[in-house]
Amino acid sequence: MSKVIEGLRYSAEHEWVDSSSPVKVGISAVAADALGDVVYVDLPAVGDTVTAGETCGEVESTKSVSDLYAPVSGTIVEVNQEAVDNPAILNEDPYGAGWLFTVNVTEEGELLSAAEYAEKNGGEL
Amino acid sequence: MTEQYTALYEEHKRLGASFTDFGGWQMPLKYSSELAEHHAVRRAAGLFDLSHMGEVRVTGPQAGAFLDYALTGKLSAMTVGRAKYSLITNADGGIIDDLISYRLADDEYLVVPNAGNAAVVAAELAARSQGFDVTVADETAATSLVAVQGPEAEAILLDLVPAEQRGLVTGMKYYAAATAPLNVDGSAHSLLVARTGYTGEDGFEVYVPNDAAPALWQALLAAGADRGLVPAGLACRDSLRLEAGMPLYGNELSLDLDPYAAGLGGVVTLSKEGDFVGRAALEAKKQQTPARKLVGLKGSGRRSARSSYPVLKDGHPIGEVTSGAPSPTLGFPIALAYVDAAYSTPGTPLEVDLRGKPEPFTVVDLPFYKREK
Repeated sequence: MSKVIEGLRYSAEHEWVDSSSPVKVGISAVAADALGDVVYVDLPAVGDTVTAGETCGEVESTKSVSDLYAPVSGTIVEVNQEAVDNPAILNEDPYGAGWLFTVNVTEEGELLSAAEYAEKNGGEL
Repeated sequence: MTEQYTALYEEHKRLGASFTDFGGWQMPLKYSSELAEHHAVRRAAGLFDLSHMGEVRVTGPQAGAFLDYALTGKLSAMTVGRAKYSLITNADGGIIDDLISYRLADDEYLVVPNAGNAAVVAAELAARSQGFDVTVADETAATSLVAVQGPEAEAILLDLVPAEQRGLVTGMKYYAAATAPLNVDGSAHSLLVARTGYTGEDGFEVYVPNDAAPALWQALLAAGADRGLVPAGLACRDSLRLEAGMPLYGNELSLDLDPYAAGLGGVVTLSKEGDFVGRAALEAKKQQTPARKLVGLKGSGRRSARSSYPVLKDGHPIGEVTSGAPSPTLGFPIALAYVDAAYSTPGTPLEVDLRGKPEPFTVVDLPFYKREK
């Protein structure tokens, strides 16, 4: 079963958010496992404004493609170039090296606790 | 529909497979990484469970004449020990399925339809056999199919064949088949071995009764262990067949398409004697230029076209993608699409609407990938 990490909060669209400032955002192992081997990541650019619940990029595997939804509203501070250059790290380490971008938050979207997210999506805490 | 499980389901579970429904069957989608499985088939070998495919045995003195009537090809002209790719159409020429038929004896054929169409094809063949001296038996439920595909496939299979019989395998041509004694769990099983596949690589497909399937699976895994063989799921089977430019029923082929529209006019033998199901409709269709043609598309960006995406020329829709993926072997997006015949020439620049954003694609020759002989 796909791993869900305590200490992070999760959107219904499978993005995670940490508690640092600016917040770090990535996709959950549940999403990475469902997608399969990620081969392409399209991320917002530094300085872009994103809106919670709206698409801000996409993640593509051999099998399918998924929109990336911003879990929070705010301005992009940094994007993870390593994830763009080597998208396989989204599968290998979705909560660590596979982070996607950081955001200066103006407003949070609806976020679930690890337990709530795991329960809803069949993840393993 | 009740979910069906192949005789190898427990093997897949033990190997940690994730499963998907395909044609009503719970099939392994991947075991670890579909990309790793894809590359293993191109570079070494992959082991596939294809037991969801149908097997319909046709026996009797009129078996050849009957299949000439029921299918688009001239199966009666096929030599014993050969296989042939053919179609079954309805009276209007619409494609019911694409299938491989093996001639096992003068009066015996094995017809292999796709999983999702197996019951329909078996029923159609039974209905069409009225008036022919043949028996049509749907053996799908009792038969497993295991495929070893990749450059190491022959060496791996040979491990199971007694030395004096190995010529049967090494001498077997592409699209040929023979019954070979395979050593499985300490005893020899006479199994139908065919040099066929759906990956664009050399490889074999072995038809085996369900009760011997797990032992055959394990024997092949063991024989391939030090040759790079990995169990391979349907995810990589799809990316492999797409690179090889092979159509998938439900994507490139359907009841709404006739063989000429699908670019498969070559497997319709209008010159054969006598009537066959769909003949009148197909003779008429052959005279018409199909409005759209199936082409290969190569993307110049990184984003991939996917099934049902619109193909555009100067912003106007001129076709639709039927299959698409980032090609693991080639490293760029590839797709199959039906486009207006005027834009089907290789080299033609087109666009595909990728979720609202048109990206450049170019018409290219098929297949995308061809193995070095």
